[in-house]
Amino acid sequence: MEKLYTLLVYSENIAGILNQVTAVFTRRQVNIESLNVSASSTPGVHKYTITCYCTEEMVKMLKAQIEKRIDVLQARYYTDDEIFLQETSLLKISAPAVMENPEVCRIVRHHGARIVEVNPTYAAIEKTGTTEDILSLYEALNSLGVVRQFARSGRICITRGTREQLDDYLAEREKEKHG
Amino acid sequence: MKQNITGSEALMLALQAEGVKTIFGYPGGTIMPVYDALYDYTRGDNKVFNHILVRHEQGATHAAEGFARVSGEVGVAIVTSGPGATNTLTGVADAMIDSTPIVVIAGQVPVSALGTDAFQEVDLVGLAQPISKWSYQIRRAEDIAGAVSRAFYIARSGRPGPVVLDFTKNAQTERVDFKAEKVDFVRSYVPYPKLDAASVRAAADLINSAQRPLALVGQGVELGGAQDELMAFLEKADIPAGRTMLGLSALPSTHPLNVGMLGMHGNYAVNLKEQECDVLIAIGMRFSDRVTGSLKTYAKQAKVIHLDIDRSEINKNVKADVAVVADCKESLPALTALINKADHSAWRESFKPLDEKERIMVIEPAIHPSEGPLLMGEVVNAVAEATQGDAVLVTDVGQNQLFATRYFRYPKRRSLCTSGGLGTMGYGMPAAIGATFGAPDRTVCCFMGDGGFQMCIEELGTIMEQQAPVKMILMNNNYLGNVRQWQDMFWQRRKSFTRMMNPCYELIAKGYGISYDIVTDRIDLPAAIERMLVTKGPYLLECAILEDDDVLPMTPPGKSIDEMQLEIKNDK
Repeated sequence: MEKLYTLLVYSENIAGILNQVTAVFTRRQVNIESLNVSASSTPGVHKYTITCYCTEEMVKMLKAQIEKRIDVLQARYYTDDEIFLQETSLLKISAPAVMENPEVCRIVRHHGARIVEVNPTYAAIEKTGTTEDILSLYEALNSLGVVRQFARSGRICITRGTREQLDDYLAEREKEKHG
Repeated sequence: MKQNITGSEALMLALQAEGVKTIFGYPGGTIMPVYDALYDYTRGDNKVFNHILVRHEQGATHAAEGFARVSGEVGVAIVTSGPGATNTLTGVADAMIDSTPIVVIAGQVPVSALGTDAFQEVDLVGLAQPISKWSYQIRRAEDIAGAVSRAFYIARSGRPGPVVLDFTKNAQTERVDFKAEKVDFVRSYVPYPKLDAASVRAAADLINSAQRPLALVGQGVELGGAQDELMAFLEKADIPAGRTMLGLSALPSTHPLNVGMLGMHGNYAVNLKEQECDVLIAIGMRFSDRVTGSLKTYAKQAKVIHLDIDRSEINKNVKADVAVVADCKESLPALTALINKADHSAWRESFKPLDEKERIMVIEPAIHPSEGPLLMGEVVNAVAEATQGDAVLVTDVGQNQLFATRYFRYPKRRSLCTSGGLGTMGYGMPAAIGATFGAPDRTVCCFMGDGGFQMCIEELGTIMEQQAPVKMILMNNNYLGNVRQWQDMFWQRRKSFTRMMNPCYELIAKGYGISYDIVTDRIDLPAAIERMLVTKGPYLLECAILEDDDVLPMTPPGKSIDEMQLEIKNDK
């Protein structure tokens, strides 16, 4: 059965790793739904947060193939109940439309979105949440024909587990290096 | 520490520190500083390296592969940037899929010109990444010591593979204080996974419960140097073992527990018995589609134990009931200690009638024909008999490879160079050159078809210059025989571009000053082979082969392995 999985990949901070990671998905014909790359809490280690729809069998293979790349430290996969997850989005709304139609402000408040700037031409709105939360806001505003720009980030997440698996891995490797 | 030397000389010292003695290469613009440094390191009292000038960069990589396969060391190729670099990619991909440790060092334009479409600039790291174990661009001379040592460590450790170093020209000419490094640890890379005692126990329990165990031996055994450990394991529990094509010399073909070659054109009994065994023990093999046939029906009745050093191979093609992820040099003895002595002679005996059927229907007609033109099988068999199993077998790809691997003998380890995974035509001749340098004391016999012979034919120049003692057996049937066989079997005999007009190979050999002989009549074959083997140096023996000789047995592609055919039913 296909499900949404979130892969967390940690690598050394070396140019060209992203290519190697995404190539694994391409070869296995799995589409990446979202991708976020950032520094991790460990200096020198990059963190990739990748979501995709596939079977568990497939996500296991993806994990193994990604971990096989020399500069990848660790790859793990999670379902949504195993992580705290968040996405963010920005919308640019026509300002006159906001003035004319009280529904716009009602929708923004109802969705718990934040207006970050208003000027005579446009309003910039920020919404953080799940994909569904964000799309729900977008669709509501878009149905009023007021959205000029829309941008949505990839997912970011932290795990719910009590053990920090990357730290454990690095500590073990450090021990092996000296032992 | 050597102070204030060029990056190119630092490369020489770094290669020396890795124990490199043999380099296959081809100079060019962006690698000229390295070649200038090589000048001093390849002659006179200071000679460190034997540099073999190939005739094409693809040849350099296949030669490095052949060298690595027979010697167990890392093969090295040095080439220039751009086309020199792209020409190595076939060899890199070949080494990747067949787990062959090579290091390719390519020149690159200076850092200041990177990304500008400079003359002979190509994004080698980008091109090589998906087909190499590791690719890295050296941009500063200070990085040479670390990068080179890391490259060799990654190439040779764990599941071996090709590493590509893209060496910018500025790094070759910059001056640097060089101190050799010895990389034996990379934090993100665990080449030897820790043996898990519980999985070894689980595997042993399965083996101890087995009535009809069957081992599948792959190249991992050879790469791990675990040939003795394998025999001890098999002998203790009396387990018959089939070998993959790349694993053929991991278990001596004379060993009583050897039951032949796996796969599409392997032996009949072992293919059928894979569908009858109750416990399948895969050792250092990757369940290639050429071994398994249709996965839907493959060994469904069996519990599967998979021993491999590469975790990503587990459950990739065939689901394992028990996986033991470790170097088989370590996992096999651990397993042997826990398994019971057993006697499976009745099970082993059950292979015999099938073996006999194959012998009568396929093998005898192939190796001892009484009439008609020469057959590939009989040529291979005659060479195998004449060399008494002492020789290294190198093959090209196609029918020559399938007949050669079937009918050669492998009493000694590390005796086979063949392009298994990628199926690279043109591999044979350069790989054989490499093998003569990797195993200088052994006879190297290289079987090629007329197609593959011409795909790296330029390496005859290397053979000539080096007087590399390659015994080339050209099995000429005027066809791209394997494709022709498939056209006959599956494409209504429409021979689309498989018939090939051939040149006069005698004249070609003469041009290169290589001894040549041709056999058209089987009565002359033994004497011709004898002359080839006693002649010092390279030799080309052309054999005029039946044009539509077919490789049998055969499991048609996509079919279940128990549908293996001993004959081709639709007559041509």
